[in-house]
Amino acid sequence: MKKGDIIIVLLVLLLAGSVFGIYTIFFGGKGADVVVYVDGEETGRYRLDENRTIEINDGTNTLVIENESARMEEAGCPDQVCVRHKAISKDGESIICLPNKVVVSVEGGEETDADAVVQ
Amino acid sequence: MNRKGARLASFGVFVALALIFSYIETLIPFQIGIPGVKLGLANIVIVIALYRMPPGEVVTLSVVRVLLSGFLFGNMMSILYSLAGGLLSLAVMWGLKHLKAVSILGVSIAGGVFHNLGQLLAAALVVETYGVFSYVPVLLISGLITGLVIGLVSSEMLRRIRGLQF
Repeated sequence: MKKGDIIIVLLVLLLAGSVFGIYTIFFGGKGADVVVYVDGEETGRYRLDENRTIEINDGTNTLVIENESARMEEAGCPDQVCVRHKAISKDGESIICLPNKVVVSVEGGEETDADAVVQ
Repeated sequence: MNRKGARLASFGVFVALALIFSYIETLIPFQIGIPGVKLGLANIVIVIALYRMPPGEVVTLSVVRVLLSGFLFGNMMSILYSLAGGLLSLAVMWGLKHLKAVSILGVSIAGGVFHNLGQLLAAALVVETYGVFSYVPVLLISGLITGLVIGLVSSEMLRRIRGLQF
């Protein structure tokens, strides 16, 4: 392992940490709405605290909002990554079904859980 | 066999090796619920090629194996993401390779990281949503780890095939 390698590793860790930090500070609070985007266009906006089942994109994906979290119940895509994804509930989190171009995001909501933000 | 014929045959072997590694990867149940996190075993072949072949050939190797891999194991869209990730990572790796302070480990780590970033960028363009960027930290770390593993294996391989002429 040479000096340049260490620098690269540190830069990657720094970048990962920064982006993570940004997401935690500016997002991360309990979300309010579940927004569904298909191919970049918003096709539905639902409240996180109302249980429902939604067919997205003519049924290629099935979204279930339950217990103040959203998960992909079913999907007609080959990899099923979206179905296996953990349920989302916090502002900024999202479940993406790339083959079907479906993005389900949690948006809005309360202030973040961070204790303080330096002004 | 003349030089050109030998080179062509070796190139074919490299493509085949990369495809075999891709196939082996489909047999290993490595699943995290995040798109884009995978071992990338075929990149061992790419990294080794990077250190033993002229750069133009490595690009061709990368493109050919992404295409064939996509036809065999994936779908048309996955080819797009793999190409984006593969070419970006190749460009970065080739650039870093020239730096004396960076060993094959650093090159490979950067390769892994930028492969994931390239795929993420392609995904962001396709779904036209910023939500994809919440995956950046995970993909950076997983790219770092897989890059490190690929680098370790590649460096060991290179040591052992040093005398081999192709």
